[in-house]
Amino acid sequence: MTSAQAVDDIVGSEYEHGFTTDIASETFPPGLDEGVVRAISARKGEPEFMTEWRLKAYRHWLTMREPAWAAVYYPKIDFQSISYFSAPKRPEDMPKSLDEIDPILLDTYNKLGIPLEEQKALAGIAVDAVFDSVSVATTFRKSLAEAGVIFCSISEAVHDYPELIQQHLGSVVPHTDNYYAGLNAAVYSDGTFVYVPKGVRCPMELSTYFRINARNTGQFERTLIVAEAGSYVSYLEGCTAPQRDENQLHAAVVELIAMEDAEIKYSTVQNWYPGDAQGKGGIYNFVTKRGDCRGARSKISWTQVETGSAITWKYPSCLLRGDGSVGEFYSVAVTKGRQQADTGTKMIHIGKNTSSTIVSKGISAGEGTQTYRGLVRIGPRAEGARNHTQCDSLLIGDRCSANTFPYIEVKHPSANMEHEATTSKISDDQLFYCRSRGLTEEDAVSMIVNGFCKEVFNELPMEFAVEAQKLLSISLEGAVG
Amino acid sequence: MLAVKGLRANVGGKEILRGLDFSVGPGEVHAIMGPNGSGKSTFAHVLSGREGYEVTAGSATFEGQDLLTLEPEERAQLGLFLAFQYPVELPGVNNTYFLKAALNSILKARGEPELDAVSFLRLIKEKLKILHLDDSLLKRAVNAGFSGGEKKRNEIFQMALLEPKLAILDETDSGLDIDALRVVADGVNALRSPERSMIVVTHYQRLLDYIQPDVVHVLSKGRIIRSGGKELALELEEKGYGWIDAEGQAA
Ligand SMILES: Nc1ncnc2c1ncn2[C@@H]1O[C@H](COP(=O)(O)OP(=O)(O)O)[C@@H](O)[C@H]1O
Ligand SMILES: [Mg+2]
Repeated sequence: MTSAQAVDDIVGSEYEHGFTTDIASETFPPGLDEGVVRAISARKGEPEFMTEWRLKAYRHWLTMREPAWAAVYYPKIDFQSISYFSAPKRPEDMPKSLDEIDPILLDTYNKLGIPLEEQKALAGIAVDAVFDSVSVATTFRKSLAEAGVIFCSISEAVHDYPELIQQHLGSVVPHTDNYYAGLNAAVYSDGTFVYVPKGVRCPMELSTYFRINARNTGQFERTLIVAEAGSYVSYLEGCTAPQRDENQLHAAVVELIAMEDAEIKYSTVQNWYPGDAQGKGGIYNFVTKRGDCRGARSKISWTQVETGSAITWKYPSCLLRGDGSVGEFYSVAVTKGRQQADTGTKMIHIGKNTSSTIVSKGISAGEGTQTYRGLVRIGPRAEGARNHTQCDSLLIGDRCSANTFPYIEVKHPSANMEHEATTSKISDDQLFYCRSRGLTEEDAVSMIVNGFCKEVFNELPMEFAVEAQKLLSISLEGAVG
Repeated sequence: MLAVKGLRANVGGKEILRGLDFSVGPGEVHAIMGPNGSGKSTFAHVLSGREGYEVTAGSATFEGQDLLTLEPEERAQLGLFLAFQYPVELPGVNNTYFLKAALNSILKARGEPELDAVSFLRLIKEKLKILHLDDSLLKRAVNAGFSGGEKKRNEIFQMALLEPKLAILDETDSGLDIDALRVVADGVNALRSPERSMIVVTHYQRLLDYIQPDVVHVLSKGRIIRSGGKELALELEEKGYGWIDAEGQAA
């Protein structure tokens, strides 16, 4: 049986059981009301504070409107047609070997050069990994525990560390922040919690693979990372997804908190299904990611490589509150076919002598459209703030487009701002030069594009950088000509 | 090795090559001289498969294979190499990485095993030694911010590494001072072998003081109007291009 059939069977059978009576069902039927919010909370066995937290968010969400300012176009989302809960498959229902996995997915894994063991994990074969919308297991927990680092699912954290959750969850991205963040707070499925105690350098790169594989199930991950004073953590988030027909909403919230002298490095390689040639069936990725440099001299870096999704709406941001705190944003975004991306960052300088760096590399091919939207705000108390922004666009072909909207608000005269922007094309000269050396046109394009993105790839952890380069090459296959 | 017959080609609707006949045997070095605009670069580009050139008549075969139907990379894989008059910059693309990818692409197409990082670096070191080059160019992006001389040296270095059967050097000497010229010429001479043919395109006789050609051709208005030995280059130097232009007119 293929996993798609398995899902069909599960979904089909759930309707028979009916929804209100059976919160033990694997997947809730579509629809959202207070009952569903309560049912999610009950199904996860949450303490009352969490149920109340969700309900408060839900009630507020009802008063909110979907944002319309982004330069992306899509059919109106019917939030009542989405199913808001999908449980992990039981071990006996999980695929037993790679033979049972979608060959398209495996093909992608192979092209990416992902080792077999990891492929199994990614494909949900009984190995420690996060898949579907519920964290099933987390890896390396023991050695992390020795260092005092907590790395677990948010659901577990709600049970095991309720004080930490109550103290920090929603403190960076409150449920009132925006429409999708409000929805996420009400119905978040699961996600990751990381806590690094004072003075601890996390002994390994933390990684979680997310994967969307249950049809029609909105995905509402929630990630919270807290780095106490003087600590350091590097977190990697990556995902691949199989082909599918229906558009899928993904509205994640990521909150990072860095206390005095702490540093958080958050890297993402995102490769969700972008839709077919007409743009049908791709993932809608509406994410709120925000880091709070709460303590003096704290540092948060976002590095992202975005190649997937039909629509991306995403602005990883930094609140530079601590004096001398540092925010960084390094981004590569690719849009091809009918993909649309409206992405960028916000650097909010609040404390004194804060500095931020923005390096954004946008690549458009086919009929892809891409908008960089960056806000740098220097607050009235942010004496000696510095920002450097570099925003480069590379166009492949002549049907794609790239726009840059830098918003700059300076409320302190001492601010030092630098902004550079370029738009370039891969020239015929460059292609011919490479080809005359024996490289195919595709190799030439991927080499030039990887060169263009180098400054961002340099920020990624080594293994991730290699994967990102391959991903870029794969996603630009057939982009020229 | 290379046989070109009655080659005619248009660029931007204008006929630039007008019935060009030319052939090179194995291990031979041929010089093509001619005034600016006579079609030297056009000829080099048509041979290496650049888009935008419309071949209207004639043929070009390389070891018996029809060159004109092949993609540029297929020609490179067969063993054709063009050292560009204006080498192209590839910002962010590491020179070593580029060369390894190029070499492996060629090896792969020939069904030969690709080189791993260690054997590739060994090969690079060897070639640097032959050419008396230092390794500073290797760490930089391909031609990005290179001086004119560095770009030309890099072309020769690529040629050394890719070991073509036929190399076309398009005005590799132009814009070089005498020291740089000597480095390039020494490199070319080091790469001469009975298996490797070369077409040295130049505007000046000067280069031929360093690279001894077997045959010198004069190209004018898209045609080879004279061929001869080294003395033809000297004659050209003495009398200037006006001389052959006048003859070309008469012909
Ligand atoms: N892309 C082009 N479009 C139109 N004319 C061109 C183009 N490239 C070259 N030409 C013309 O073709 C002629 C030959 O140029 P070229 O082959 O570069 O000469 P050479 O290398 O001998 O100096 C010149 O008259 C030049 O202006
Ligand atoms: Mg020329």
